[in-house]
Amino acid sequence: MTRINLTVDGQQVADDVEPRMLLVHYLRERLGKTGTVVGCDTSNCGACTVHLDGTSVKSCNVLAVQADGAAVTTIEGIATDGALHPVQEAFRECHGLQCGYCTPGMIMQTIDLLNDDPDPSEEAIRLGLEGNLCRCTGYHNIVRAVQHAAAGSDRAEGASA
Amino acid sequence: MSTTQDAPAREVGRDRRRKEDQRLITGRTRWTDNIQLPGMLHLAMVRSPFAHARITSIDTTAAKAAPNVVDVFTGREVADVQGVIANAWPLSDEQKTPDHAPMPAERVSFAGEIVAVVVARTAAEARDAAELVEVDYEELPVVVDLKEAAEDKVLAHPDLGTNVSAVWTLDSEEGGTGGNVDEAIEAARADGIVIEREYRQQRLIPAFMEPRSTVVDPTGEQYVVWSATQIPHIARFLLAATTGTPESKIRYVAPDVGGGFGGKLQTTPEEWLTFLAAKRTGKPTKYTETRSESLMAAHHGRDQWQRLTLAAGKDGRVTGLKVDLLADLGSYVGIVGGGVPVLGAWMFNAIYKWDAYRFTTTNVLTNKAWVDAYRGAGRPEATYAIERLMDELAAEVGKDPLEVREMNWIKHEEFPFTTVAGMTYDSGNYEAATARAKELFGYDELRAEQQRRRDSGDPVQLGIGVSTFTEMCGLAPSRVLGSLNYGAGGWEHAEIRMLPTGKVEVITGTSPHGQGHETAWSQIVADRLGVPFEDVEVLHGDTQVSVRGLDTYGSRSLVVGGEALVLAADKVVERAKPIAAHLLEASPDDLEFTGGRLQVRGTDKGVTIQEVATAAWAAHDLPDGVEPNLDASATYDPVNFSFPHGTHLCAIEVDTETGGVKMRKYVAVDDIGNIINPLIVAGQVHGGLVQGISQALWEEATYDDNGTLVSGSFVDYLLPTAADTISFDIDHTTSPSTTNTLGTKGVGEAGTIASTPAVVNAVVDAVRHLGVRDIQMPCTPERVWRAVNSGSSGGATTEAAAPHFDASTGMSGTVDRAEGDVQ
Repeated sequence: MTRINLTVDGQQVADDVEPRMLLVHYLRERLGKTGTVVGCDTSNCGACTVHLDGTSVKSCNVLAVQADGAAVTTIEGIATDGALHPVQEAFRECHGLQCGYCTPGMIMQTIDLLNDDPDPSEEAIRLGLEGNLCRCTGYHNIVRAVQHAAAGSDRAEGASA
Repeated sequence: MSTTQDAPAREVGRDRRRKEDQRLITGRTRWTDNIQLPGMLHLAMVRSPFAHARITSIDTTAAKAAPNVVDVFTGREVADVQGVIANAWPLSDEQKTPDHAPMPAERVSFAGEIVAVVVARTAAEARDAAELVEVDYEELPVVVDLKEAAEDKVLAHPDLGTNVSAVWTLDSEEGGTGGNVDEAIEAARADGIVIEREYRQQRLIPAFMEPRSTVVDPTGEQYVVWSATQIPHIARFLLAATTGTPESKIRYVAPDVGGGFGGKLQTTPEEWLTFLAAKRTGKPTKYTETRSESLMAAHHGRDQWQRLTLAAGKDGRVTGLKVDLLADLGSYVGIVGGGVPVLGAWMFNAIYKWDAYRFTTTNVLTNKAWVDAYRGAGRPEATYAIERLMDELAAEVGKDPLEVREMNWIKHEEFPFTTVAGMTYDSGNYEAATARAKELFGYDELRAEQQRRRDSGDPVQLGIGVSTFTEMCGLAPSRVLGSLNYGAGGWEHAEIRMLPTGKVEVITGTSPHGQGHETAWSQIVADRLGVPFEDVEVLHGDTQVSVRGLDTYGSRSLVVGGEALVLAADKVVERAKPIAAHLLEASPDDLEFTGGRLQVRGTDKGVTIQEVATAAWAAHDLPDGVEPNLDASATYDPVNFSFPHGTHLCAIEVDTETGGVKMRKYVAVDDIGNIINPLIVAGQVHGGLVQGISQALWEEATYDDNGTLVSGSFVDYLLPTAADTISFDIDHTTSPSTTNTLGTKGVGEAGTIASTPAVVNAVVDAVRHLGVRDIQMPCTPERVWRAVNSGSSGGATTEAAAPHFDASTGMSGTVDRAEGDVQ
């Protein structure tokens, strides 16, 4: 067992974990962060995407011990004071989800994508989401949601300038 | 009692944002795998690496001694108590149906079949201990290839004496719905056109995003089973029927379910064994499959060879079609596996009129994962065949593919129309959908560009693909299903509970897993009862709440379940009338129900139905003999299928030098009758399109000669990503269905059914002038290149997908080791 200390969705946590434990299993089984899900075993699907120190990672591809000292943000930690994150809101507004299983990963990846490129082209969006699989939407409305969120952040910046 | 209230705006037709989304976008979800119960134990499965083998011995000693292992059991130990995985649609009394135990005692018949179960305190410990189970096998001859299997040289199940499970025929002459197809073909051979083709429907994997998972709680009087399933009601019935557990002692729950596409229309060995483990240990148990297990052992889809003979006059008017299918069932006959090819029988004639038709399917067993429903189930295969053939016919006649179709299709004034397969289509307007699609697509301009590229010898050629599809949704009616030996009815159930606070609980027997029923059903009930959308709560998927139901598959939920909602709502209004009349001191006959109010005709005196619900609950002032309750339920047995249709047009660029295929534009104009929620409909269409496009271009489950699934992970089984796909142009024309009150038709499978032939037609159209008349699916660059360079179909692909760490790429990437023969 190895002792780890980290912050998850703003909350400090400390636990003894098996060195082989994956971050996604730590989040789900030890912390009850079941919003983050597992969709495959080859790091292809991206359903488990979270942020590690502000950057998206597939949490099935990170050991819990590697998150020692880090800040992890999951789908459960991005709404603030009861208000949805603009990307969450965009996915609802644009019907960017159906069964919703890929959605937490899609949203976390979208936030990361827009952090890197606040005004992405459709091609940049499609390439930026390449590591996240969805079987329901055909991606059409996911792309619309990302565009909607990007346009919203433009408006927000314009308003504050 | 209020006397004035604005009538609520009509909900049906509005693009309401979904009620489901709040929990899904915040991670406040209840997937089965999220459920944790005190003392819960976890299962790991030991699976056969061999496709066909006798189990000679299993040594579980080491596994039983491993840390925190509670139970280990094998098929031999539980043979009498584990139940059976049922086939609910035998095609005939003569059908050969291999015994399907959740865990076989003696012999495995596909790679991935479960041979032992390990139960431990954690999933990791169960997995570790599963590695310690020693199984000795005696390998048996394996039959993998469908055509070879049909020859019976090697038997998938030797005790059956043949691989042929069933042969099923629909013949228009024998059925009295048309003429003799052989005569039509002979006449065309003498003086007309005969098109003979053989098409391959490759094996696909439904690949829902949420892996299957089951939790069973044996504490308490009822066993509670949570499962990632499309069919909680049917599963409960079959679990009871095959294990001897009283149905009343089983509560089956489908909580949030992450996609299905037919892949969760099944009762599974994994569910049955998790149930058994809970019974054996007396503890809550959980099993969640890995993706690799899901791809290997959850059922697959399609997998047919289609031999087709189309007869037509010289002008392109079709006179007959003969269909001869070989359908690969895999190693077992799944819940409706044998019936899937049969569902195509009524769809090969599609939107067209001709006189003679014969359909035969030969269902064949092999040593591969079993095949069952996958989005469209029978109709995509049929639609693909006929829409490919119509393009071939157009090429033969030298006419535009749309012109040949129009010459043959049912005109809008001819509805209702009884087809050569004996189905009666209630409504449709193929002309309108096609006209709109052509306009959106810019058909004539793209044809002109295609000609320019041909004339200039551009290495990148443009192809235009057409698909004017129809399909049939909502199996109906129950007595016809009975005559086809289908194991259930076609009805659906709904219940409406009027709560004393004015809120409305709607209980549906449908079981959504991404379709948005909570939203759409709220819209329907809000309109019907005149209550606010927000006041309606839709409950589903729990057999203790939704007592009766036949679940969600085959695009049945709205067309059948929606009608049950309407009937239940109307009963609520009827029950409210005497109470409202009493409150208003009027005669029930003088009341009208409008905008949620029961109102005395010709006055402004009225009361809302929600107020009546409160009054009924209080029961302080009710007329004599009237029950203090407005709740009502209804069970609706549909009178007919519904028949959505549409025209899909696809433009694809084909690089003749590399075989690369690039989609440029895709237009879908669907007629699905009246639309409840256009936003949800658009989502269904988009997603359906990509699954169909994916069959055309990317997906294929491949086995090696030993029966090992080579495409056994998401590295090797190619699901499209956002980067592979484009944005779509979709629109609708509307011919309301005349067989349900709402005028709706199903939409869940339409996109998938329509798009596959549109895409392949486009690819072939791009290179037809180079002598190509077919390219086998999926149209990989290699196959397209081979076709262009040899004028063939690109050949079969075996072992298309390689392990992701392959020596030839320096262990760094994927190689395509297709070895298709040039034909």
